[in-house]
Amino acid sequence: MFRRLETASPVETVTVTVGGKPVTLPRGETAAAALVAAGEATGRTTPITGAPRGPYCMMGVCFDCLVMIDGAPNRQACMTEIRDGMRIERQVGARRIGG
Amino acid sequence: MSANWDLAVIGAGPAGMSAAMAATRLGLKVGLLDEQPRPGGQIYRNPAQPTPEVLEALGEDYAHGMELIEKFRAADIDYRPGATVWDVMAGGEIAFLRDGRSAEVQARHVLLATGAIERPVPVPGWTLPGVMTVGAAQILLKTGGYVPDQPAVLVGGGPLLYLVAWQYLKAGAQIGAILETVPRSNLWSALPHASGMLSQGRLLAKGRRWLRDLRSARVRRIRGVTDVRIEGEGAAEAVTFQKGGRRQTIQTPLVLLHEGVIPNTHISLALGLEHGWNDIQQWWQPRLDDWGRADKPGFSVAGDGAGIWGAEAAEHLGLLAAHGAAMALGKDGLDQAGVAEARGALKSVAGARAFLDRLYRPARSQRVPAADDTIVCRCEEVTAGQVRQAARMGALGLTQAKAYTRCGMGPCQGRLCAPTVSALIAETRGLDDAEVPAYRPRPPFKPVTLGALAAPAFRAKAG
Repeated sequence: MFRRLETASPVETVTVTVGGKPVTLPRGETAAAALVAAGEATGRTTPITGAPRGPYCMMGVCFDCLVMIDGAPNRQACMTEIRDGMRIERQVGARRIGG
Repeated sequence: MSANWDLAVIGAGPAGMSAAMAATRLGLKVGLLDEQPRPGGQIYRNPAQPTPEVLEALGEDYAHGMELIEKFRAADIDYRPGATVWDVMAGGEIAFLRDGRSAEVQARHVLLATGAIERPVPVPGWTLPGVMTVGAAQILLKTGGYVPDQPAVLVGGGPLLYLVAWQYLKAGAQIGAILETVPRSNLWSALPHASGMLSQGRLLAKGRRWLRDLRSARVRRIRGVTDVRIEGEGAAEAVTFQKGGRRQTIQTPLVLLHEGVIPNTHISLALGLEHGWNDIQQWWQPRLDDWGRADKPGFSVAGDGAGIWGAEAAEHLGLLAAHGAAMALGKDGLDQAGVAEARGALKSVAGARAFLDRLYRPARSQRVPAADDTIVCRCEEVTAGQVRQAARMGALGLTQAKAYTRCGMGPCQGRLCAPTVSALIAETRGLDDAEVPAYRPRPPFKPVTLGALAAPAFRAKAG
């Protein structure tokens, strides 16, 4: 859906995985940007009907970009800054308590 | 860990930054809590590593924001980035999450500078992946230089929509079409306020430049669009709409919606501050005195959270609110010249605002879904039909509709469905929008885990 504008200036990068696939992007970006950079429109499926959802507001309001980060569920991808080695995975349906 | 401040500012957008700096100059001990990792708010949302290519596409207003941020960083303020406020208590205690742990600060006066959120656009298919707000797409541009890789379709109206289209143009990204949903008859209610707009020469010139550049680039603008639907299996594939009695379809994997912004009143409503209905902007705003002070002593609001005035006004409102707080705390030595300058600038902005708000007042059909099967509450997947049914069963506002249908009970806590639910209840019960009470959010304002709450207690025990 999106591409990044090319830049001539040096940029420090980090590498994360999105659904197991490595993605390299500038330090300081969010997990939601990593989804976008990976070309992944869907970050989760809903607990009620299983409908696919992806980032909608990008500013922490809508909670539609919830994903699993390093195994922890219900992380707001747009509010989570990426770190080297971060594992971003799709969140499927409802969470289990403690899961 | 816990701090005592004279003034706690919540939000590091233009209003919050300006207020915090002014309050420091007035001799107050100031702390600022902001959810983002870097100051600027959404309007001056800034990347960790800005590149010249992105700055070039964003234009000169954004450059002004960068200067403001630099001054803010140099000021003597206890600035806490990455802090998600989850409770504000009547006595000025503020609870927030930071680094996965809950912490508290105590303030003698609290200033809410929580800005705006985009108005929900509940059209069929708005929950599909590949549908975002125009503001969300702009955040991707500001923070990472992301532009659509295929022609996107922008739907709605308002200055931000044209600004982003223009920024895409400058960045060399293609635009499939701009579908304009704002009723053309708005012009007649806006025209009596045209002199206010004309007095804002710079603003007017800016808007005209965007539209002229879009025209010379032959960006397709379709006016008078109604009945917008987004279609696709598992993700957006096309947007369809009604124009001149005919249904049209444009294929696109990226649909960007925008029907203006509304004050982010989540905390001000939760605190029970008195609010009034703004019928032009079609949302609630706190009732404030000339210094941004609310009806409850110890609380003020500045910037777009107090009514949509825009980024430039937010800086002035922040300065005035800092003075209001300083006076409430018994400080003297106010900056009379600064106050006079702010009041003069605000008067001029108000004139332009009166015109723009009327010109881009969204069509009712973009705010209130006609079809019963359209999702209204994204979190709990509650439809317009279910809310209408709840209203017929006696729901007077979101508070009751929530009990009947679960709308507003998901993680966003009603932020995104409240405007639509209120409008649906008004429609079903034959009331004016202002007669449906505003929702009353409760803490925690954002989801908090038990682990985050327990962390400080465990640390104290271990120590």
